[in-house]
Amino acid sequence: MEVPKNYKPFKWDSHIPPGPLKEKWSSHKNNIKLVNPNNKRKHNVIVVGTGLAGASAAASLAELGYNVKAFCIQDSARRAHSIAAQGGINAAKNYQNDGDSVWRLFYDTIKGGDYRAREANVYRLAEVSNNIIDQCVAQGVPFAREYGGTLANRSFGGAQLSRTFYARGQTGQQLLLGAYSSLSQAIQSGKVQMYAREEMMDLVVIDGKAKGIITRNLVNGKIKRHAADAVLLCTGGYGNVYYLSTNAKNSNVTAAWRCHKRGALFANPNFTQIHPTCIPVSGEYQSKLTLMSESLRNDGRVWVPKAKGDKRHPNEIPEEERDYYLERIYPSFGNLVPRDVASRNAKNVCDEGRGVGESGLAVYLDFRDAIKRDGQSTIAEKYGNLFEMYEKITGENPYEVPMRIFPAVHYTMGGLWVDYNLMSNVPGLFVLGEANFSDHGANRLGASALMQGLADGYFVIPYTLGNYIAGDNPEKVDESHEAFDKAEKEVVDEVNKLLNVKGEKTILAYHRELGKIMWDKVGMARDEAGLKEAISQISALRKEYWENVFVPGESATYNKYLEYAFRVADFLELGELMARDALERRESCGGHFREESQTPEGEAKRDDENYAKVFAWEYTGPEKPQELHVEDLVFENVKLTQRSYK
Amino acid sequence: MSNENMTIHLKVWRQKGPETKGFFEDHTMDDVNPHMSFLEMLDLLNEQLMEQRKEPIEFDHDCREGICGSCNLVINGMAHGPELRTAACQLHMRKFSDGDTITIEPWRARAFPMIKDLVVDRSAFDRIMAAGGYVSVKTGNAPDANAIPIPKHEADLAMDYATCIGCGACVASCPNSSASLFTGAKISQLAHLPQGAPERKKRAVAMVNQMEKEGFGDCSNFQECEAACPVGISITAIAEMRKEYMKAVLS
Ligand SMILES: Cc1cc2nc3c(=O)[nH]c(=O)nc-3n(C[C@H](O)[C@H](O)[C@H](O)COP(=O)(O)OP(=O)(O)OC[C@H]3O[C@@H](n4cnc5c(N)ncnc54)[C@H](O)[C@@H]3O)c2cc1C
Ligand code: FES
Repeated sequence: MEVPKNYKPFKWDSHIPPGPLKEKWSSHKNNIKLVNPNNKRKHNVIVVGTGLAGASAAASLAELGYNVKAFCIQDSARRAHSIAAQGGINAAKNYQNDGDSVWRLFYDTIKGGDYRAREANVYRLAEVSNNIIDQCVAQGVPFAREYGGTLANRSFGGAQLSRTFYARGQTGQQLLLGAYSSLSQAIQSGKVQMYAREEMMDLVVIDGKAKGIITRNLVNGKIKRHAADAVLLCTGGYGNVYYLSTNAKNSNVTAAWRCHKRGALFANPNFTQIHPTCIPVSGEYQSKLTLMSESLRNDGRVWVPKAKGDKRHPNEIPEEERDYYLERIYPSFGNLVPRDVASRNAKNVCDEGRGVGESGLAVYLDFRDAIKRDGQSTIAEKYGNLFEMYEKITGENPYEVPMRIFPAVHYTMGGLWVDYNLMSNVPGLFVLGEANFSDHGANRLGASALMQGLADGYFVIPYTLGNYIAGDNPEKVDESHEAFDKAEKEVVDEVNKLLNVKGEKTILAYHRELGKIMWDKVGMARDEAGLKEAISQISALRKEYWENVFVPGESATYNKYLEYAFRVADFLELGELMARDALERRESCGGHFREESQTPEGEAKRDDENYAKVFAWEYTGPEKPQELHVEDLVFENVKLTQRSYK
Repeated sequence: MSNENMTIHLKVWRQKGPETKGFFEDHTMDDVNPHMSFLEMLDLLNEQLMEQRKEPIEFDHDCREGICGSCNLVINGMAHGPELRTAACQLHMRKFSDGDTITIEPWRARAFPMIKDLVVDRSAFDRIMAAGGYVSVKTGNAPDANAIPIPKHEADLAMDYATCIGCGACVASCPNSSASLFTGAKISQLAHLPQGAPERKKRAVAMVNQMEKEGFGDCSNFQECEAACPVGISITAIAEMRKEYMKAVLS
């Protein structure tokens, strides 16, 4: 395999504290500079986003005494995309006495990420996981409990231990409402000023430091300036670059992308998680995809017909003409192989022409045998709400007809580059939650995103922000600084430019086209030729967008399509960078399969020698390719092993 | 079930802003796929409007999975439409028939001021929450999560109330525009958990007072809210709220 040569030596410091892995975080906390409590109220902090990461950060910082301004694009902080998470949140409590520990949670997370994350960050995540559960229970989060009154756990996403805490199928909702209630209290006390329906449009950088943001009010279109001593970006993931994904419709990359254009490195942009169990696309009109919890694979069996193009009703296909391909290829893990393996195999059988349903882009997930074995009521007790949701969407009854499922874009591991303190390379700009790249490497384990969002917000940023503020004693700037004038003017110009294209094609049509390129060529499996095609197609599409898009209405009113027009414009830039990032990474790793890098049996082949690295891209100017910088990952505590599920 | 496209006649509420008068606008769509969701049908209508250089219809939505509480449409006079326990975003066109006429209106309530077309301002809900819908706990101060066991049935009951998505269908469906189901759900959730106990009285009074201050009406037991609630919050939440409030003001 050819080694990438065209990258720059890494000139930033990841600030990993010295010392043994297990002591890094405590010794760092001991060495961190503290802000005098009386001084905290002199410092203004901006928190963009009120999902798990943002709401927990805003509430915790307000409690410490900082003046916080929090922003979100929905009409209420409580509606952030985190609300939709279903399955659960991991922690190393070992309440089940099954041998769990911080070390094991750390090890599983770093291995699950296929060794493409920093040891120190992941270890800290595992370390604070237990505090998260304590915090949430104290807030009144009604986690599932045993009859004896203690907390219940389940095993999730192929983990061999029961370490996942959950609140029915609505864990994200309950955790977010917990964080939102703390945020609400802080708003009531006047320590947080909340700006709902207010979108961050740009980052203001003065003398190399993040000093504020420009926002657009989504009700009246007013552009506003906000100065601060630090900006925390908690704006979520960018899976919607694929158009169809399990993300909420408003999830986007705009805030992160604008920061990238102001100097923040974008790390591993191509690392995307494709979830194997989603309800398949039913037609051109489809606007989003719905996840069906992975727990279904505990009892459902995945199959397709042995023969190509077999259009018979599934219940008429006899046993010997069915191919339970996961059980056949992976006899020891069977239907419980990790997400990426399950997803890729579904794609393979569909590529062979054995996919089912009208589009041929689906496989069956069949509960017939489980119902025979355990009875319908047992299955209903375990999965009733999921079966109901499936029926609502598809109109089919999964107790009688096998479910149809297909992989869908679900989560983005890539994001803005941050150091151990969660600070980007732009001093004063911190990035938390799904928006950063830091903890999940090339693949995220189930139930670990919620953990990371809350770890970042409740337990990391309260320390590391103080360290920055106390250490750099940020000079005050005010909103009349010329950097604000300039940034504001650029936003206004862009609004006008978009409204004045007055072209022929709708924003949605462009988004759909971009999504198709991304899914076909920068999706589950990629190769060099396809990636190169994607790059030129996206760049052509972007050019066309600015000449031929139709953006309706005006700026000074509620105008959802204008918001959307910005987001698609940014996706059209991000998509190209993702393809370039994927092109440079000539290995298969985590959720990402590179055709040129596979074993003789067709399994993913990682290349640790050349790619145990973070790819971080630096913006160099409009319509100019980003420059690649590479951070080496150092593994001192875990041994890198190839995954095998056979 | 048929896969044939359907013709649907729509009467959609249009209103430029809070100061202008609203009206129903008629549209006929003859290419509605029965497997579309209700919001996908509106997406398609908007695409068609924009192709004719007309202004699209504004409506709130985000998760499209019935959990974020963003979508808020009164469909044929019913908050979230005809399907029981289903938010508008989870409603599918197969529930309608070829040739149907469907009216679409915004949530209408004094405490939910109009923004545009089908979009209203529900920030009153946030203020009710801020008045007392929390447990005061400092980050990092919490005892071990298993230190206080909670009987499973109490935890389950708290969870039943906690699933409220804050959409406001209870208000939109109530002849008095009361927010009692929303407010009661939070008060009841925390009343069933030991963590909520220390602030129990203060919370009930503060939240109920805020609800009144926002201009929501009283509850006169019409029970429309329970029927409209997309997640099935039980009306017992309102009885619990009254009990909590009375206990607090009488003591
Ligand atoms: C269907 C589904 C199920 C999932 N289930 C699980 C699970 O079981 N376990 C698990 O661990 N993870 C799960 N995940 C992943 C997890 O939910 C997310 O990764 C996580 O919630 C992200 O949280 P966040 O705080 O980083 O961002 P988000 O919750 O996405 O919040 C982003 C915030 O940023 C705001 N924002 C965005 N852009 C702007 C802007 N320009 N200006 C102002 N504000 C802005 C938004 O308004 C919002 O408040 C699931 C994801 C999906 C899609
Ligand atoms: S869009 Fe989220 S509940 Fe309907």
